[in-house]
Amino acid sequence: MKIINEMKAIISSKSVNEGYARVAVGAFIAQLDPTLDELADIKTAVSEAVTNCIVHAYDRPDGKIMIQVKLYDNNRAVIIIKDWGKGIEDVKKALEPCFTTSEGEERSGMGFTIMETFMDKLRVTSKPGKGTRVVLEKYISK
Amino acid sequence: MQYRIDMSDNILTVSLAGEIDHHNIEPVREAVDGAILSRRPSLLILDFSKISFMDSSGFGFVMGRYKTMNSLGGQVIVRGSNKRIKMILELSGAGKYVTIE
Repeated sequence: MKIINEMKAIISSKSVNEGYARVAVGAFIAQLDPTLDELADIKTAVSEAVTNCIVHAYDRPDGKIMIQVKLYDNNRAVIIIKDWGKGIEDVKKALEPCFTTSEGEERSGMGFTIMETFMDKLRVTSKPGKGTRVVLEKYISK
Repeated sequence: MQYRIDMSDNILTVSLAGEIDHHNIEPVREAVDGAILSRRPSLLILDFSKISFMDSSGFGFVMGRYKTMNSLGGQVIVRGSNKRIKMILELSGAGKYVTIE
């Protein structure tokens, strides 16, 4: 499998960028000609991942979030969302449905479950104090 | 994100249009809670028929309003959800607390 195209963007951890992030990733992946449902799956998963960076990784608006998309010749899109924030103590626990560390705010604890449901693959690696890397994969139907 | 709040016959209807995410829903949350607390409806209808995108922040919004309505003895109906919105709400278990139409 060869990479046929690639993009990378760095955005600030401001909540207004959540919309930009999912639209930018969706626009880039559009060249693989996804169905509307596939595109909505991807935008939803990206929105969850970027919101996690903004709500959990950083509690300030000047953190950096890296978004990278790689398109492969077998119609596969790989999206990497990385932050340099506070990291996740227990990734296994964070992946459980309804687990959230946000008490007062209205967080559902469903972010990773939704990413898992809407994408073909989800991989999360994290180091407390160093940051988190989320890899999302989707096969686009031909 | 645009929204409209109407009250008639003890029913508070909130019609939303646009994309629901963590950023967009914040001002709506405050406005709807303000309306619930001042008008004390027995039923809250959240009309999602003009929502073009929703992530799990939509579930948080629905459940937050359910908690407020429940504390006043009222109920919540989510109306006009498309297939994808229904899926996110059902996956999160909102159907146990509110009526999803």
